[in-house]
Amino acid sequence: MKPTDIRNPDYFHKVVDCQWACPAHTPVPEYIRLIAAKRYTDAYLINWKSNVFPGILGRTCDRPCEPACRRGRVEEEPVAICRLKRVAADNKEDSVAALMPAPAAKKNGKRVACIGAGPASLTVARDLLAIGYEVHIFDGDAKAGGMVRTQIPRFRLPESVIDEEVGYITRLEPVLHLGERVDSLKAFLAQGWDAVFVGTGAPRGRDLKLPGQAECAANIHIGIDWLSNVSFEHIHTIGKRVIVLGGGNTAMDCCRTSRRLGGEDVKVIVRSGFDEMKASPWEKEDAMHEGIPILNFLNPREFTHENGKLTGVWFTKMHWVEEGGKKKLVPSGEPDVHYECDDVLMAVGQENAFPWIERDLGMTFDKWDMPVVDQVTMQSSIANVFFGGDAAFGPKNIIWAVAHGHEAAVSIDLLLTGEDVKQRPGPGVTIASTKMGIHEWAYDNDPSLDHRFRVPQVEPEVALRNVKVEVEKGFDPLLGFKEARRCLNCDVQTVFAADLCIECDACVDICPMDCITFTENGEETALREHLKAPALNLTQDLYIADGLKTGRIMAKDEDVCLHCGLCAERCPTGAWDMQQFYLEMTHAGCSSAPKAKPAPQPVGAK
Amino acid sequence: MTYIAKPPLHHPSLEKNALGFTRRDYEGRISTLCAGCGHDSISAAIIQACFEIDLAPHRLAKFSGIGCSSKTPDYFVSPAHGFNAVHGRMPSVLTGANIASKDLIYLGVSGDGDSASIGLGQFAHAVRRGVNMTYIVENNGVYGLTKGQFSATSDKGSKAKKGAENKDSPIDLVMLALQLGATYVGRSFSGDKTQLVPLIKGALHHKGAAIIDVLSPCVAFNNHVGSTKSFDYVREHNEAVNRLDVISPRAPIRAEYAPGELKEVVQHDGSTLRLRKIEEEYDPSDRNAALGYLARKATEGEIVTGLLYVDPAAHDLHDSLNTVDTPLNKLRDVDLIPPVSALEKINSGLR
Repeated sequence: MKPTDIRNPDYFHKVVDCQWACPAHTPVPEYIRLIAAKRYTDAYLINWKSNVFPGILGRTCDRPCEPACRRGRVEEEPVAICRLKRVAADNKEDSVAALMPAPAAKKNGKRVACIGAGPASLTVARDLLAIGYEVHIFDGDAKAGGMVRTQIPRFRLPESVIDEEVGYITRLEPVLHLGERVDSLKAFLAQGWDAVFVGTGAPRGRDLKLPGQAECAANIHIGIDWLSNVSFEHIHTIGKRVIVLGGGNTAMDCCRTSRRLGGEDVKVIVRSGFDEMKASPWEKEDAMHEGIPILNFLNPREFTHENGKLTGVWFTKMHWVEEGGKKKLVPSGEPDVHYECDDVLMAVGQENAFPWIERDLGMTFDKWDMPVVDQVTMQSSIANVFFGGDAAFGPKNIIWAVAHGHEAAVSIDLLLTGEDVKQRPGPGVTIASTKMGIHEWAYDNDPSLDHRFRVPQVEPEVALRNVKVEVEKGFDPLLGFKEARRCLNCDVQTVFAADLCIECDACVDICPMDCITFTENGEETALREHLKAPALNLTQDLYIADGLKTGRIMAKDEDVCLHCGLCAERCPTGAWDMQQFYLEMTHAGCSSAPKAKPAPQPVGAK
Repeated sequence: MTYIAKPPLHHPSLEKNALGFTRRDYEGRISTLCAGCGHDSISAAIIQACFEIDLAPHRLAKFSGIGCSSKTPDYFVSPAHGFNAVHGRMPSVLTGANIASKDLIYLGVSGDGDSASIGLGQFAHAVRRGVNMTYIVENNGVYGLTKGQFSATSDKGSKAKKGAENKDSPIDLVMLALQLGATYVGRSFSGDKTQLVPLIKGALHHKGAAIIDVLSPCVAFNNHVGSTKSFDYVREHNEAVNRLDVISPRAPIRAEYAPGELKEVVQHDGSTLRLRKIEEEYDPSDRNAALGYLARKATEGEIVTGLLYVDPAAHDLHDSLNTVDTPLNKLRDVDLIPPVSALEKINSGLR
């Protein structure tokens, strides 16, 4: 194998699994250390800079970081990264706003419009307002926030948190056009904006249109519309027996909301199996915890009704079959089953909808009638129209919307300063030794053996009485500290300098995870098998260094490294060093910085 | 040393041996030796060897004297028995324990000071008597604990850290052991575990005095240019005569070698020593030839390593003393104190 090029920022970035997995690449281990140090405000600001909505995301994020977390491979469960973010948001000082950028003192004269006031648009607005753009935000609703405000139930996300974090953006003085729905992009573009960002989400809930539906339409609701009506307090009750169709997170929100609005017998009925459901495992768990059964392999066939009132739903039983090497869900042939109910909530998917974009505008649409959007620049086929969030590539989640927003803002800034939107600015990277003394490091290198802590919750009897009572109480500072200590500090990298190594094997002997091997070089597949412990997780890189006196190589499997620094403590010559790698994505306004600047050379390496 | 203890977390694929223990279960407390010390590698090799031969930790008895090397029994197989003796007196204490309780496996760990200087007499007599033990000398050629004076195994002409040259002749513990009748003699290097681990396994299986001299560079005081016990020097002058594989009794033996390449030696306990020749003329069953070869190579400045001599049919001290099968410490009063009738029988025989 070739020696690893640790000067390429991607190499060490990948080692920080959580940060690499996060669409916005939030520097997770750094803010977790700050939480452990009770520096909540600083931890909040790192988050705010990177993901814009720490308090909201700390309650609602889809947490792609957690399945990636190294801790989950070392013991059973990952660090509760998402809920730690909330600890920072809950405990920060009130003066945090003073540490955020003030409205730009000098405007650059460029006008940008954001259509939709959801997380993607608000991210674009924040990034561009601070550097002098005039940003206008349009939304059909009366308040900014988008789906965060309309579709996420209050028992998961209190409105005060939305108001606060949307407020950190509106204080940068965007021009808000709330209650103003944009009905024609053609007419809108004619207003002469320098750039337009479309962040209108995926606003249309799928409708099954089954037999019998028209006859009892009053009792059959589209999930996301119903949730938004509950949010705006247009709906206060639901029938005693409720069936929720669908297996995604919206279905989980629907069933749990129903329990709070008078639903006593609430069921979730899903076409596929339990494991294939789209809902996050923890959302399913929370629903079941509230006494909501999830029934699987049942495909809705027909609504039954009496005198214009819904009485139940017929379901066809399904099962998996193998067909041409592919798994297919087909009717099992067992007799159909009927479940009685008073109301049905359909949460079987969402779609983008662009009836307001004229097809003769010159914008390219694909075969699914969706606008063609560049995956990196977020640019549409019209140079100054950008897309982001669910509007860009279909329903994803809030953190993806934020990531899209940052990229779109970078593109808009590049475009309007006359630069090439394809030339993306590289990330800002620093790497510095954490060595403080012979055996002292600037981080807590003794790994905690605690298992994942559960977030305390309000008693179900209290929680189910009121849709506005937040179920999770969040970690208190002590629990937060203990959970934060579970983080393995994967950003503190094991950096190896072959010219200093005397091949004494001290690091090999002390490594608790058998990560390090000194061996003859070879081809990767063979090498992975004959390391001290086989490196069978192919998603994790091997760190290879050559230039040793014996002609062997050092091969380190990054997979389950604890970053405990014992290799560096046992190294007599300082060939191993623990160096903190800090990577920050470059946001709009820094585009004149050198492109993709190489990481500074690690200390100790030659 | 390190300030934090080695976390008990381990690699998900960590294997278990026949007793259900992982290699990590054979570890001891965290070492307080200098970072990079060769002795820590030897401890790791002992841990690996004990794990591989499925040794029940309570069947091992560890002995040591004084010195850096003699601290190391604390750093492996914590649940084993252990005794830290007076400087140079470890062989006597081990011999005593062995006499009393012959069913344990005896491991003495010592250094060049403890065995070749203050304890040379003790070393010689334990070997001479054929005490059933594995005796590992962690040989760094320097008094590390007193900051770097030459030891009795320092080579003539070897330089100290500040440049002084050693004028005395060295004691070669391997040659000494051969002359004194050791029945399993090996030499290895702390930086080569693929060679060292099988040597220790074979020694633990051997019945009789098994001596392994392990060159173990002292990173703090004897790893400089001019030293003949440094990592670089040992690597450059290391001449392995054979490669050893040890197959424990009852383990399935698979033949995957060309005939003639290998020599198999079956020991008392049924373990098989499988020797792959590297040096064609070297015969590890010929004591005198081994002595001649070692002497010749020593004058050429080469360090001969490998399994240098083995007598698989060796007798140990208990055979010489003709002791009973039951360990002496398990004999009851009724076995040890003859009844009055026995005395009368003797008396009547003398009348």
